[in-house]
Amino acid sequence: MRSINSIKDLSLQEIDALVQTAEHIIARPEHYAHKMAGKKLATLFYEPSTRTRLSFEAAMIELGGHVIGFSEAQSSSAAKGESIADTVKTISCYADIIAMRHPKEGAPLVASLNAGVPVINSGDGGHNHPTQTLADLLTIHREKGTFQNLRVGVCGDLKFGRTVHSLVDAMSRYDGVSFVMISPEELKVPSYAKLPLKERGIPYTQTTDLEGAMPELDILYMTRVQRERFFNEDDYVRLKDSYILTPQKLTHAKKDLIIMHPLPRVNEISVAIDEDPRACYFKQVLYGKYMRMALMLMLLEVK
Amino acid sequence: MNIDSIKTGIVIDHIKAGDGMRIYNFLNLGEMDCSVALIKNASSRKMGKKDIIKVDIVPDTDLNALGFIDPNITLNIIENGERVRKYHPELPERMTNILKCKNPRCITTTEQELPHVFMLVDREKDEYRCLYCESKAPAL
Repeated sequence: MRSINSIKDLSLQEIDALVQTAEHIIARPEHYAHKMAGKKLATLFYEPSTRTRLSFEAAMIELGGHVIGFSEAQSSSAAKGESIADTVKTISCYADIIAMRHPKEGAPLVASLNAGVPVINSGDGGHNHPTQTLADLLTIHREKGTFQNLRVGVCGDLKFGRTVHSLVDAMSRYDGVSFVMISPEELKVPSYAKLPLKERGIPYTQTTDLEGAMPELDILYMTRVQRERFFNEDDYVRLKDSYILTPQKLTHAKKDLIIMHPLPRVNEISVAIDEDPRACYFKQVLYGKYMRMALMLMLLEVK
Repeated sequence: MNIDSIKTGIVIDHIKAGDGMRIYNFLNLGEMDCSVALIKNASSRKMGKKDIIKVDIVPDTDLNALGFIDPNITLNIIENGERVRKYHPELPERMTNILKCKNPRCITTTEQELPHVFMLVDREKDEYRCLYCESKAPAL
């Protein structure tokens, strides 16, 4: 039995296999419609989420399985002070697999150490969010046709943006990839998230200038400056509008650039860009569902 | 200055001058009933000055964790008045309930009974990170 806490828990071969499975599902959805018949997914969401929870639920339903769970801590026994360990030991009696989101970093790891069924980290504070990264990878694979020799720009909140850290870690394992990290000084990538780049000798630059970096990018990954990650409201208000992508800023971008965003968007990508063929953020949502289907099939060893 | 030799216990030698009290506190030596000697600023050919600690028993604590404070210290295990082992502490792969995670976003801040676990991620830099949130270990 195996759980997924971080994208690092998956080898390149396993990621390739998940991408292949997702491609099969997209090509032959009817072939997968009953694969999880009789199986139950428990979604344990201790903080609000629209996309990730519904994506997991849709993924399980499309595989022919069922879904149980809660979508806020107040409606769970956590409100009575129950520990994560006790909660997941209980849920393991009801469900075949658990998807957990929690505001505290490392909570899904604690769950995986105590559960009798696989646990998928569905976001733990500003730490890891591996299934978002799987969605990002399938998007890159489908839109660029490769993971290699790409210049990846990540922009916005690079300090607390867990999706960025996981994407950087995952993409740095492929040949010929380089990074441009575009953020205000206050929201630069923390040193631990740059470790894989240093270890693997991957080239990267850091800049505050989004437009200046634009012409060389193959991928632009935008992120939201998240209110809930700040202790101080003044800091949030001062920084939230730092990097807004507008059609003007794309003037010098490549024709085959792809623009990604983990969503939800507030105002960091102008809606005027939604019609641009380079905008891929709603495709990411769809691809995320397929990768979650592929991941659950893998963890439950369903062929 | 004379300190009686010990029959069974440990002598922690080559402690960087000034660090003796940190090790004394880390091993909770103040709480112990046995004889404990902390010698500060002893002269040393190798180091100029050094601190030394002698304890009349071998404490339960994982002595290798001392390597996190100073990997150059020497541990001498004494039995029946004879030194039976002399070694430098080797950084353990995992330290449990020795350090506390200081990250306010870490799950250990709300799950009170969770053990605080730090894993060695870089032996050359003595770098430990929290098992749960991967924050750097605080200094001892």
